[in-house]
Amino acid sequence: MNIPEELLYTRSHEWVRIEGDIAIIGITDYAQNSLGDITFVELPEKGAEIKQANMFATVESVKAASDVYAPLSGTINKINQDIIDSPELVNRSPYEKSWFAAINIKDEDEKNRLLKASDYKSYVEGLGRK
Amino acid sequence: MTYIPHTKEETREMLDIIGVSSIEELFKDIKPDLRPKSFDIPKNRSEIEVIRHMQELASKNAAHLTNFLGAGFYDHYIPAAVDAITSRPEFYTAYTPYQSESSQGWLQSIYEYQSAICELTGLDCANASLYDGGTALYEAAMMAIRITGKTRIIMDSGVNLIYRTMLYTYTSNLNIEFVETPVVHGQSSREQIYKHIDERTAAVIVQNPNFFGAIDDHSDIIEKAHSFGALAIMSVYPLSLGVLKTPGEMNVDIATGEGQSLGIPLSFGGPYLGVMACKKDFVRKMPGRIVGATVDKDGKRGFVLTLQAREQHIRRERATSNICSNEALCALRASVYVSLLGKEGIIELARLNHRKSEFAKDILGRVSGVEVKRSSPTFNEFTLILNKNADVVAQKMIDKGFAAGFPLGRFYKGMNRYLLVAVTEKRTKEEIEKFAEALEKVLCD
Amino acid sequence: MRLIYEKSVKGRRGFKLPQPDVPEQEGIPAKFSRKHKANLPEASELDVIRHFTNLSCMNFSVDNNFYPLGSCTMKYNPKFTEKIVKIEGFLELHPLIPQLLGGGRLAQGALEIIYNTEKLLCEITGMKAFTMQPLAGAHGELTGAMLIAAYHKNKGCRRRHIIVPDSSHGTNPASAAIAGYDVIIIKTDKDGCMDIKEFKQKLNKDTAAVMLTCPNTLGLFNTRIKEITGLAHSVGALVYYDGANLNAIMGKCRPGDIGFDVVHLNLHKTFATPHGGGGPGAGPVGVSGSLVKFLPISRVMKRPGGVFYLNYNNKESIGYIAPFYGNFAVILKAYAYMLILGKDGLIKASEYAVLNANYILSRLKDYYKLAFNRRCMHECVFSASRQTEKGVHALDIAKYLIDKGFHPPTIYFPLIVKEAMMIEPTETEPKETIDGFIDTMIEAAKLAETDPEKLTTAPRTMPVKRLDETKAARDLNLRWKPT
Repeated sequence: MNIPEELLYTRSHEWVRIEGDIAIIGITDYAQNSLGDITFVELPEKGAEIKQANMFATVESVKAASDVYAPLSGTINKINQDIIDSPELVNRSPYEKSWFAAINIKDEDEKNRLLKASDYKSYVEGLGRK
Repeated sequence: MTYIPHTKEETREMLDIIGVSSIEELFKDIKPDLRPKSFDIPKNRSEIEVIRHMQELASKNAAHLTNFLGAGFYDHYIPAAVDAITSRPEFYTAYTPYQSESSQGWLQSIYEYQSAICELTGLDCANASLYDGGTALYEAAMMAIRITGKTRIIMDSGVNLIYRTMLYTYTSNLNIEFVETPVVHGQSSREQIYKHIDERTAAVIVQNPNFFGAIDDHSDIIEKAHSFGALAIMSVYPLSLGVLKTPGEMNVDIATGEGQSLGIPLSFGGPYLGVMACKKDFVRKMPGRIVGATVDKDGKRGFVLTLQAREQHIRRERATSNICSNEALCALRASVYVSLLGKEGIIELARLNHRKSEFAKDILGRVSGVEVKRSSPTFNEFTLILNKNADVVAQKMIDKGFAAGFPLGRFYKGMNRYLLVAVTEKRTKEEIEKFAEALEKVLCD
Repeated sequence: MRLIYEKSVKGRRGFKLPQPDVPEQEGIPAKFSRKHKANLPEASELDVIRHFTNLSCMNFSVDNNFYPLGSCTMKYNPKFTEKIVKIEGFLELHPLIPQLLGGGRLAQGALEIIYNTEKLLCEITGMKAFTMQPLAGAHGELTGAMLIAAYHKNKGCRRRHIIVPDSSHGTNPASAAIAGYDVIIIKTDKDGCMDIKEFKQKLNKDTAAVMLTCPNTLGLFNTRIKEITGLAHSVGALVYYDGANLNAIMGKCRPGDIGFDVVHLNLHKTFATPHGGGGPGAGPVGVSGSLVKFLPISRVMKRPGGVFYLNYNNKESIGYIAPFYGNFAVILKAYAYMLILGKDGLIKASEYAVLNANYILSRLKDYYKLAFNRRCMHECVFSASRQTEKGVHALDIAKYLIDKGFHPPTIYFPLIVKEAMMIEPTETEPKETIDGFIDTMIEAAKLAETDPEKLTTAPRTMPVKRLDETKAARDLNLRWKPT
């Protein structure tokens, strides 16, 4: 299970990379692996407001549809057209090529609710044991 | 008669393996206080008796009338080959092709049906069928609301009143605003539609040919709808698309229709066939089963149910629709029917319907007491204005052996003397002439 | 096999129209005409017949194969009903005939059948009245949800949510949602039934209804069902019965007697009408006395003199949910089926459906993990979780069954059972067929231990091997296109 050290995470398996007042967000290796072959990604439009812990995108595999939750609140600054055109990127490169969106962070304090890599790692391992 | 094969010995053996002494013991979870208060069902009958009973009941129905009644449901001829195929138990005793490898026959048939609907409508994608033309129109309206995120619908009153009423029923607990615009001289009122269309509009719904049989080119209305970010939905009569300008050519976003005209018997109201097609951008918002082509492990072409993540068995309360069972066997009928007619046959058939209908207009127009509404061109159905109440006239025509048409007074205020008459390829010159004679007698009585 | 479009030969025709017997008329104006012909196939009648006949041979069907598809009740479809729907008096009857002035007398036979079928279903379920209009089970659910909304509206309240257990059919939450309700999901307890404690917590004055399948999708009868209907009624909520599994309880229990207010039935399941490769079905809805006035327009009524008529005058009705009176040809078949079976036949159908299912359960429980270790009703649910440890999934077992000539059970449903395999044999299957199926299932369980590849590479005997569903969803190809 690939869990890069420098990122922050949610319990609903999204990751965040903070770059100043911008946050890049995507779904984790664990998420893509449990979904299976991803066939479709639906993203909000640029300029849309998203709210922490609320659904902001959808990913579909052959036999499942799964919501993606916003790790932070903010305004969509950029979306990744590549994963709309080639959803398989989410399986192949969850942290590099398949970021979902970049947002302008609205509330810095919300970052406190995110998990560090080590905490997310133990959370995921806990799920495996259940 | 039962269809249970078990012998006493087999039943005994099975009970022994289960470890119970009687079948009743298997029902012990249903405690005495849950047992039926009554179960007063007649005792069984033999096949001969049931068939006789059904024949007696059938003989009380008037299937013998010469049919000029349409109103969206038409008396077309069905080639025998259609029944020969759909009577094959390999088709009719299967279910939804969940297991693709053992359902390639069904899956390919549906793929071919989808292809036929795309060809007829001029649109990119079709689903594997919905229940009927009315529920298809309702699903299209819901689809437009989902796509646009808006909740206002403008509906031309040339849309079949039954469908309009169904739409109101289905949406009565939802926050959807409907505006109905009138038909003027048989055609959609541009003036009224443009007056009501705005940024809040999810869709404009029109029908072609409309309920009065009138044909139109709605391209201008559709362009206007698009300019406000609304979708255009068109309800169609699939058989007429052999010749009529297609929804695709008019830039319609979602087309629906009653597919009964494509080889499906009238059968007192069903089963029929809900047709739906749309532009490819909207396919993921479409309800119903969809079949797609793919390849197997060896690279050989095959077919599967696809985009299932839209559907209720996966998405549950957030599915695009609740539909599960559809009308696959009717879709198969449609596919066989258009395959028999072929590229040229569908044109000839549509033209023949139009030609006979125009001939009937001509003959009926000469009957005293009859005025033919000629304000706009029609396909195979048109309106007569009679000198008497159309309900009464239709009633008297029954005694003369004719289902004369659909009296419009019940659906449209002030149209008590209007009769909607349909003429299909089945009606002969002689029948049309006799119809005119009989009508004259009734009107001059 | 090539598509009929790919077999097209220019100039061929499969059906000849008569020569026009009326003079030529002015054509349709060009501006209303299509510019390009629809590219339909050009084929002779034999071409068409052979194409579709060969396609039909690529399907599994009840007449060819054991088809224990759980929750779908794939019982034998008696052939005499096919003969009935083709009688001219039914086949060619225009649905608007009885709506013409004086037209009712010309459809008396058809109206009587609808009326009688309603009455029979009332007696089978213990409901007060039925509408035959819903065109499929899910359509019945939506109708039912709208009836529930009308009932509460009439009482002057707008209740917000419908409760469904997590074992429910996907159609239940979907129907509730599109009718405008929020959906509250209750988890399943250790006995395989809706968790009563959680149910009590979620149930309140905002609950419009509880939708239940009984026996549920795990094939289990909820022994506390009366307690549940009572609790719902105590807060003014209604209880909805999803009749998908009625084939388990005919003559043993009636939803109406135990407090259900709205019921839908699937005529294509319990009443043996063919499934048609996906439909048509029929999903009539029955209601208790307090909901009769909300039933859809029109209703078939009987005058004291025995004349049948259509009643359109019901101001409190929810309105039109179908264009006419339902899928009449399907209703005809179900009616004929009830007549031929009669009281004893219907009871026996449920008894033997339950016997067959328990026999399978008993013989397979040592080889596969039972989802809930209880006797079942008409279907049993196993999990392939033991096999999964060896890398074999429910899907692999399903594909192996195909190679052996059996239609697989429903797999991966109910969603709450990992690697679910839901087996519904129905009453019409003979013991030797069921034994053959069981032996094959046992064989598969053994192969999972010794030679899993036999399973993971199945099927090998079909026209195609396993298909790439991911490719199908990513590179959408939904129609033939002219080249």
